[in-house]
Amino acid sequence: MALSQQEILAGLAEIVNEVAGIPASDVQMDKSFTDDLDVDSLSMVEVVVAAEEKFGVRIPDDDVKNLKTVGDAVTYIEKAGVTA
Amino acid sequence: MKLASTPTSPGARILAVGEHRPTRIVTNAEICEQIDSTDEWIRERSGIITRRIAAPDESVVDMATSAASKALAASGVPATDIDLVLLATCTHPYQTPGGSSEVQDRLGAANAGAMDINAACAGFAYALSLANDAIRAGSARNVVVIGSEKMSDFIDPRDRGMAFLFGDGAGAAVVSASPTTGIGPVVWGSDGSHIMTITQEPTYTQVQHALATGESLPPVALKMAGQTVFRWAVTKMLPVARRALELAGVAPSELGAFIPHQANMRIVESLVKSLKLPDTVAIARDMETQGNTSSASIPLALSTLLARGEVESGQPALLIGFGAGLTYAAQVIEVP
Repeated sequence: MALSQQEILAGLAEIVNEVAGIPASDVQMDKSFTDDLDVDSLSMVEVVVAAEEKFGVRIPDDDVKNLKTVGDAVTYIEKAGVTA
Repeated sequence: MKLASTPTSPGARILAVGEHRPTRIVTNAEICEQIDSTDEWIRERSGIITRRIAAPDESVVDMATSAASKALAASGVPATDIDLVLLATCTHPYQTPGGSSEVQDRLGAANAGAMDINAACAGFAYALSLANDAIRAGSARNVVVIGSEKMSDFIDPRDRGMAFLFGDGAGAAVVSASPTTGIGPVVWGSDGSHIMTITQEPTYTQVQHALATGESLPPVALKMAGQTVFRWAVTKMLPVARRALELAGVAPSELGAFIPHQANMRIVESLVKSLKLPDTVAIARDMETQGNTSSASIPLALSTLLARGEVESGQPALLIGFGAGLTYAAQVIEVP
């Protein structure tokens, strides 16, 4: 069964917390990874790698740079999960 | 007729290591005079605080010879007993000849063969495996394995993503026949679909063409798709490291040290975490004061751990080199 946006957000927040030490409650849909959450480019790669494993999706390098906000990532994972 | 062969050896091991670190220490502040960056940014992204940069007249061969001389002296093996000199480098400025013959001559290793190996940052791990194989097969009894790099000749000091990452230096090991296995099975591989992720541009032929036509070219420099390489390293090197441990029959908790290529602290920390290495395992973090010295990083890091007494002779250590190609090689060694 496909995960809801809320479930993906919760899972992603856990990952961001684990990788970058940011409180999970700060990881909200409208937050920018770099500007609001201070997730640098290498941490972003680690977040993506962990998200691929957790959600069973594939996020190619070329798509990573388009994931500016948490919402972008949640939507991407939601769509990738449907087509997977 | 049947051809005769030389006696084989049941194993090989590293007898001693030697290092050469250029004297000039370059801080992040000095790097930032030419790029728009800060000490804090560089430390956070790479873990690098300072690096050593060779003098203008200090060559790959000079540094290799210096490190190898120290390793030979520590090993007690006379130079004339060396059968093979393997020089791993990707920054020797000559296409021909390789640097290894000059090192062989300067060492007084009059009876040794010599060749260069270019497997970029994985070069030392490749050369060590070839030394092990040559000894076991009976082609050599004593081999000098060296990683030597003058990265500063191939880095654009104004490239914001590259200028702070690299350093110069050399590390060497004397590898000799042994009744037991001191160098475990190698796990090596390559993914040539990623050749352009770390590459030197312009090429030699482009430079020649420009010289002939008067066309202007940017300086020869290494280029890297940093995030792609980082992702490759933190995902693909984990199974390679695990396999090398498995083939050697060593559990992560039994390791005395983990000595990965010193590319970036974040890659090292990611591998340490994923491999679930306990606190008892010494972790090489030589890039803090050395930067990324490509093929020299593993022997330099091993030398540091030994000098600080963080690892003891006879303990197993996991080595893993990875870099341009993309190439990689890993093995467990018995610390000399």
